Amino acid sequence: MPKTILEDNIDILVCGAGLGGTGAAFEARYWGQDKKIVIAEKANIDRSGAVAQGLYAINCYMGTRFGENNPEDHVRYARIDLMGMVREDLLFDMARHVDSTVHQFEEWGLPLMRDPKTGAYQREGRWQIMIHGESYKPIVAEAAKKSADKVFNRICVTHLLMDDSKENRVAGAVGFNVRTGDYHVFKSKAVIVAAGGASNIFRPRSVGEGAGRVWYAPWSSGSAYGLLIGAGAKMTQMENRIVLARFKDGYGPVGAYFLHLKTYTQNCNGEEYESKWFPDLQKMVGKEYLDPEAAHLTHRPIPTCLRNHALINEVNAGRGPIHMVTMEAFQDPHLEEIGWHNFLGMTVGQAVLWAATDVNPKYENPELTTSEPYVMGSHATGSGAWCSGPEDVSPPEYFWGYNRMTTVEGLFGAGDAVGGTPHAFSSGSFTEGRIAAKAACMYIDDGKAEGIRISQEQIERRKQQIFKPMEHYKVYRNEIVAGDVNPNYINPRQGLDRLQKLMDEYAGGATVNYMTNDKLLHIGLKKLKTLEEDLEKIAAKDVHELLRAWELKHRTLASESVMHHTLFRKETRWPGYYYRGDAMKLDDENWHVLTVSRRDPQTGEYTMEKAPCYHLVGDDE
Amino acid sequence: MPTFVYMTRCDGCGQCVDICPSDIMHIDPKLRRAYNIEPNMCWECYSCVKACPHNAIDVRGYADFAPLGHSVRVIRDEEKGVIAWRIKSRNGETDLNLLAPITTKPWGKHIPQLKDVQGPNKDMRDSQLLFNEPKYIRMDEGDIHTLESNGLKMKAGVYY
Repeated sequence: MPKTILEDNIDILVCGAGLGGTGAAFEARYWGQDKKIVIAEKANIDRSGAVAQGLYAINCYMGTRFGENNPEDHVRYARIDLMGMVREDLLFDMARHVDSTVHQFEEWGLPLMRDPKTGAYQREGRWQIMIHGESYKPIVAEAAKKSADKVFNRICVTHLLMDDSKENRVAGAVGFNVRTGDYHVFKSKAVIVAAGGASNIFRPRSVGEGAGRVWYAPWSSGSAYGLLIGAGAKMTQMENRIVLARFKDGYGPVGAYFLHLKTYTQNCNGEEYESKWFPDLQKMVGKEYLDPEAAHLTHRPIPTCLRNHALINEVNAGRGPIHMVTMEAFQDPHLEEIGWHNFLGMTVGQAVLWAATDVNPKYENPELTTSEPYVMGSHATGSGAWCSGPEDVSPPEYFWGYNRMTTVEGLFGAGDAVGGTPHAFSSGSFTEGRIAAKAACMYIDDGKAEGIRISQEQIERRKQQIFKPMEHYKVYRNEIVAGDVNPNYINPRQGLDRLQKLMDEYAGGATVNYMTNDKLLHIGLKKLKTLEEDLEKIAAKDVHELLRAWELKHRTLASESVMHHTLFRKETRWPGYYYRGDAMKLDDENWHVLTVSRRDPQTGEYTMEKAPCYHLVGDDE
Repeated sequence: MPTFVYMTRCDGCGQCVDICPSDIMHIDPKLRRAYNIEPNMCWECYSCVKACPHNAIDVRGYADFAPLGHSVRVIRDEEKGVIAWRIKSRNGETDLNLLAPITTKPWGKHIPQLKDVQGPNKDMRDSQLLFNEPKYIRMDEGDIHTLESNGLKMKAGVYY
């Protein structure tokens, strides 16, 4: 059996050091100057998480300092974009702190562009500022490394450890080193899960190598959800998967194109197509959510999902492909350069694809498409854990003592892990990490982590479980001559293919035009159960495959939650993200609520509940 | 796109293995040089390309949709604080050289060591403030936003 390496007496353990985790580790040092702060990261902190290859914009910045926006303005924007379903206490809290994060980034050396006329940061849109962010991740990693006592790179955290003396209290985490194969045990008073959302749970549109060119990083394995669900934390809004309208195949970003370069879309006949779908769509969702006239007058955005709906329907009507009209903007050499820089700064693959296919956007309008769905909590969607909000903002249903603490004591979340907080993006995720770190330090200082006991039995049980796929391989490999076809096991790739196919076909993926219903979801859940049984027989031929096996298990836990939530919400809240064919209308009378689930870690049974949806209301409303 | 490694340039130093976020750059045990073991889990993030001291790693667009004959090369220089790209299209008509800054400060020098700064007092602990706040919120003397300061209430129901 592998060697066991124990790290004891940790105060704050950060699982996953992307933008949320680096923010948590950095800030924890201020509130816990004598505390032991440890990071466990699956890859290398210098280039890990969704921002590994950089960003060309910071998409969440208020600019209150320049008189641009107040926090509540951003809350209202995120609310309408998500069709009302957000945690406004958490959003307000993130928005009131996020500028202090961005101002520190600038001080650390992140190149933020300035508007030469006003001296303010160069705006791309109302909330976005433009940056030269190739080294965004290495820069924030430096900050986290300065604050942490130890950074464990290449540790795949598989499970959280639970306190054996007090129920529903966290006690650390376990995992393995993806290079040495050692078993790692982290005993900690508080844990901040800042792992990633989930790419690759729905079958991708690509059919081969291109499966890696997913919109969200392929290493975003839904571990934020796998870890939290596995520990019995309540989750919220897991049905709220996101579909992205992006440049075809490369999934290159469109934000700067729409907002800064002022490009626009048209169908294959060169016609504007969005508005003609709006009257019917308005009948589905109601005027409160889609009012093009009001949108035009007040600059209130048309929700992202509804714009997707128009694109999907136009293609289905036979007028695809949809083109991004770049030929006008790209005549300006300065804008042309920005268009290319935008890809090089965050999606190099799109530049590679245009070079390979001789696309010159100056002379040809590139194609757009809608992606396969993703499950995450920091872009234009808010899946994640049901977390407590700040004391001075949250109503009683949203508050239980510590900001960003999940329903498991001592277990905190940041970034994709926190539910109901869309539009946090990179800066907001880092900010949430900071908020969680302060709260976690308070939790310890208040004596809430006293008397934690972790039994040897728990540590041994997890060890057996973690390395079982390698044992399983050894036992059954020589029953066959060669190859990967074995009646006793499946390998991680085979399991991932099965997961993606069933999620696609039963939970509303791209090949079924994002459509599902009660019957399909019940079949899907049944198939998922047998997949879970087969994952007990997953085989890993080496430590790298063991990593893929555990990523798959996390993705599967996340997927099961997505199915249960989708089944529970009997309405079509986000046309363009997914459709419930048996309930095609938005139903505010019954479903103006947040969905909350809990999976019993012992039995695997799900319980679902509705939680009230509170809104920030101004004095004059 | 997956990345690939030129045989004659790689010396097996393992910088790419250390940095790859997807854990797919590994050393071939016989050839003792790096290669991409799982191209369909490669994001084309270029982390390994930028990290390679011998420019031995390049990218060939995903075979399922990208034709051959293109090139996107890069040199990243932390000391000078810049990154330089060259994009060449398959037909040769596009040939772009693009330069961008990656930092405005000497690497890591302007990030505070929070162990050594003046720690928070009780008032600050009991407040909603984070490190450097309220100062850094607006770079002025104003305080943090609250529901009260902004004339807001939290109400259940539909209000829009």
